[in-house]
Amino acid sequence: MTTTATPANTAAVPAGASRTKVLQRQGAAVALALVVAVSWLVFPRFGSLDNLRDLALQGAFLAVIALGMTFVIITGGIDLSVGSVYALGGVLAAWGSQHGFLVALLLPLVVCGLIGLVNGLLIARTNMAPFIVTLASLLFARGLLLVITDEGATTYQIPPDSAFVELGRGTVFGFGYPIFVAAVLCLLGGVVLNRTSFGQNVFATGGAEQSAVLMGVPIARTKVLVYTTSGTLAGLAGALTAAYLQSGVTVIGVGLELDAIAVVVIGGTLLTGGMGTVLGTVIGVGLIKVIQNVINQIGTLDSNYQSVVSGVFLLIVVVLQRILRR
Amino acid sequence: MPTDTPTGPVIEVAGVTKTFAGVRALGDVDFTLARGEIHALVGENGAGKSTLIKVLTGIHTPDAGRVTRNGRISTIYQEVNLVPLMSVSANLFLGREPRSRFGLIDRARRDADAAELLRGYGITADVRSPLGTLAVGEQQMVALARAVEADADVVIMDEPTSSLEPREVETLLGVVRTLHEAGIAIIYVSHRMDELYRICDTVTVLRDGRNVHSGPLRDLPRIELVSLMLGRSVKEIESHGTTAFGESHHADAQPVLEARNLSSKPRINGVSVSIRPGEVVGLAGLLGSGRTETAKAIIGALPIDGGTVVVAGAPVARGVKAATRAGISMLAEDRKTEGIIPNLSVRENIVLAALPRLSRFGVVSRAKQDRIVGTFVKRLRIKVSSPEQKVSELSGGNQQKVLLARWLCTEPKILLLDEPTRGIDVGAKAEVQALIDELAREGLAVLLISSELDELLDGADRLVVLRDGTVAGELEGDRLTREHVLEAIAAEVTDDAESH
Amino acid sequence: MTLKATRTAARTRWLQDNGVYVAVGVLLLFNALFTANFLTLGNVTTQLVQAAPVLIVALGMALVIGTEGVDLSVGAVMALAAAIIPLYLGAGPLVAITMALVAGVLAGVFNGFLVARVGIQPIVATLALLVGGRGLALVIADGQLVQLHDPAFLALGTGDVLGVPISVLVAGVLAVAVAALTNRTTFGRQLVAIGGNRKAATLAGLPVTRVLIGVYAICGVLAAVAGVLATSRLSASDPADMGLLMELSAITAVVVGGTPLTGGRVRVLGTVFGVVLMQLVRATLIKHDLPDSIAQMIQAAIIIAAVYVARERR
Repeated sequence: MTTTATPANTAAVPAGASRTKVLQRQGAAVALALVVAVSWLVFPRFGSLDNLRDLALQGAFLAVIALGMTFVIITGGIDLSVGSVYALGGVLAAWGSQHGFLVALLLPLVVCGLIGLVNGLLIARTNMAPFIVTLASLLFARGLLLVITDEGATTYQIPPDSAFVELGRGTVFGFGYPIFVAAVLCLLGGVVLNRTSFGQNVFATGGAEQSAVLMGVPIARTKVLVYTTSGTLAGLAGALTAAYLQSGVTVIGVGLELDAIAVVVIGGTLLTGGMGTVLGTVIGVGLIKVIQNVINQIGTLDSNYQSVVSGVFLLIVVVLQRILRR
Repeated sequence: MPTDTPTGPVIEVAGVTKTFAGVRALGDVDFTLARGEIHALVGENGAGKSTLIKVLTGIHTPDAGRVTRNGRISTIYQEVNLVPLMSVSANLFLGREPRSRFGLIDRARRDADAAELLRGYGITADVRSPLGTLAVGEQQMVALARAVEADADVVIMDEPTSSLEPREVETLLGVVRTLHEAGIAIIYVSHRMDELYRICDTVTVLRDGRNVHSGPLRDLPRIELVSLMLGRSVKEIESHGTTAFGESHHADAQPVLEARNLSSKPRINGVSVSIRPGEVVGLAGLLGSGRTETAKAIIGALPIDGGTVVVAGAPVARGVKAATRAGISMLAEDRKTEGIIPNLSVRENIVLAALPRLSRFGVVSRAKQDRIVGTFVKRLRIKVSSPEQKVSELSGGNQQKVLLARWLCTEPKILLLDEPTRGIDVGAKAEVQALIDELAREGLAVLLISSELDELLDGADRLVVLRDGTVAGELEGDRLTREHVLEAIAAEVTDDAESH
Repeated sequence: MTLKATRTAARTRWLQDNGVYVAVGVLLLFNALFTANFLTLGNVTTQLVQAAPVLIVALGMALVIGTEGVDLSVGAVMALAAAIIPLYLGAGPLVAITMALVAGVLAGVFNGFLVARVGIQPIVATLALLVGGRGLALVIADGQLVQLHDPAFLALGTGDVLGVPISVLVAGVLAVAVAALTNRTTFGRQLVAIGGNRKAATLAGLPVTRVLIGVYAICGVLAAVAGVLATSRLSASDPADMGLLMELSAITAVVVGGTPLTGGRVRVLGTVFGVVLMQLVRATLIKHDLPDSIAQMIQAAIIIAAVYVARERR
């Protein structure tokens, strides 16, 4: 993931860097640098090109989902459905791959985008809590997945000679295509967030909704758009994963929404909305994936420590955010 | 000073009426804003200013009447309505950012433009820092700049100086003059007499949803303006009767409550009030003079940066819980947000503060509750179908009585009443007033805050007059007259800088 | 307000208050008529045993939601309880259960402290424990599923009193206790008042911090109770799967039962029926050979419908 951090860098650095912001961002960045440095020294295998490629690829799928989540959280919302939608996207892509590359790619994007759209419409138009609406669509998406797969009994395989597989397994200098997809999307996300009206509206919606209304910000449209984006990106991540695994695995993605939320928050985005960066999210992904990688390398250490570490990081970040805002 | 070329009014309102849930907020109001004038809009809380502003800006549609707008209107509110986490420049240009090639926001230019623009408003802070890091006054100035830059013909300012430091007020008034010279009409809502007389050409006074006066401000003596805002005309008094207060009370010699030098800048500054048992002390002053803040400081709901509260000779620790334990209770001004718990029943709202006393081992005795609730429902004549009725279904007057009952069943020694009769009908008002009288006679020390001068003059044994967060005078006995109060409130402040 | 609007409002309110009872009634009637062997003692017992842990967790969740909060960590706390049981079972089932419950209380106090003292939004504060709690449970258990053999402990899951399974009995007693706590105690009334209007509650001198921490502690201990009972029924400590997605089931039941997410109201009987309703839906679909997939989608629809109806209350 360290590799993708560099291109996202230029776009995601906002001009207005407050003390809080700097501290939060640099906190995660410093932690990442430290963990990487120590791992490099202690584990000879960590710095190997193979391991780094693997790390970046692992991070790429999560980064795509977390990118959408970043937008949602900056508007002050939350999207619990991304784990299910991610799994659904993978299954749809695998199912669609028998009809060619385009179907395999577009079907998950359209269906998952629609789920996001419905989330957004319900949240923006009926004023229901994002948390409960996306909880319902978490169940709905998982149910839809089971319908398509005969209650999970069928796992659709992607023909190995299909062009779609190339999307997941193709490499440039050994680095998988998904890494570049994630990098381009994060770069684009940073530009959209900081350099377009939509991005400004996202910040204003989450920062002070009442004021934003008085300032003429189209709140409802902004919300609908971020949830649609989040759904689409989760679907894309699922499709990429399916291409990589060459099949639509039905059981993946459970609890993935929590990982996505965790990396966004660890990256310094305020869960209460109004402030956040794509770069921070990328750093958050990097931090979590590097720690996971290291725990795996220690071998004797339980891989379950990973979620404990995530939880502790999350806690430190939210408490710090709270204290710094006082 | 006026350099404009008048071509008919920029806003004209004729016969506007607006009613909310049966309560009339505006009744047959006429209002005219001439091009380029600075028009003061004054009136006490609930007089209808906010409703009128919302009708002018189109947020509310009037039930009857006509609104004609001949220009763009921008509004800046008392609370800064910007996004604190976004940068100053982003706030300033939100929705109309300068663009670079590819249609992207040109941040360098946005920041440069913002810095340049804000310099004219006396702001030199880094425009890239989050708005929330600026002082409130500076934020208010950014809001003003944003409103003006929207090419407005009319700028409405709702209490723009209420949270500003004196120096910031000067800057703001300077900006207002600049706007005026540029031909922009301004509606200026404020309670600060000095400001009004310094900058405004005309004035409209609202009271109880009606326009009671419109005309040039300079021809209107201060005392008359205050009287228009607070007073009820002789005719009204004849039709409604005066207040239900009785004779003055016999108070003990030793004060039970002594608040000494309470300060919470910039709202209140060194306010001292003492009340003896059986005495009703009134807090007079215009809206924003620090009345509510004084009461909140006494009960510990407002952080203070100086002063002490002493009850029966013993200093009270900070915090509402300690104050409640010491025997102080406060009826908050805003029934909805600080008083009633809307989804609970009348019974539960009444016993809320007294729960620990009504329970054994944490279990609340229903019998004790019913007894105490029954007593108060009868004594305060609360009109309910049953004590189990939801409090949100009650009329304002009955809700107020429920809240009074809540505090009375904690058996307080000192009762702070913030606008106890606001927004309740005439009958309930008289009942509440009679009750305050009765409570004082029973030995309670009462602090009464009211925007109605008659209520204070009739109800209080002594008046403490506040102005701009300081005590402007104390009136007692023969000096407890309308004229003296108005004098104290309206007194011209010559040494402006020192008084703050 | 016009007459029509008044009538609509009244109908909405009636639906908010009684919708869940009607739904349970309709489903029971449907099953009595069209489902073979549904209202048999055996089936009813099975359904209740399945619903008991959800109910116990949902009771605590209802209290938290009543304060305008939410506790996402309940599933993780169940896993923690499950992981702790085998560690102390050697010292006897009572010790093991006590330790598990203590862990639940501590988890709850931790959440409550973050919410009430540090001032973090409930959803965020409890997210940390949701993410980290299960990992901690797995670390404690070394990632292993442990078969349990202590007969006294296993009796909790298999035993019954006069034909009523112990777990159902515990759930019933706890429901009555939580109802009494909510309606009859100072604590309960203060809790509801804080959820209804925190500013007013503070101004009324209520011990807001203490009550909030207490509420989260109760929610934590109830989750631990559910974890203990479920572990006993499974005759194994399985922190990997124990209570997975329980937070969602519990929140769903509470919301469907008519407790508004905006706080200020706790409906214990409604919560009981909310749990029963969700269980009935699932059972009905399974009995009629409708797959799990459809069941999940119907659950989603019920959640949206319940929240949509409840949303009118403002």
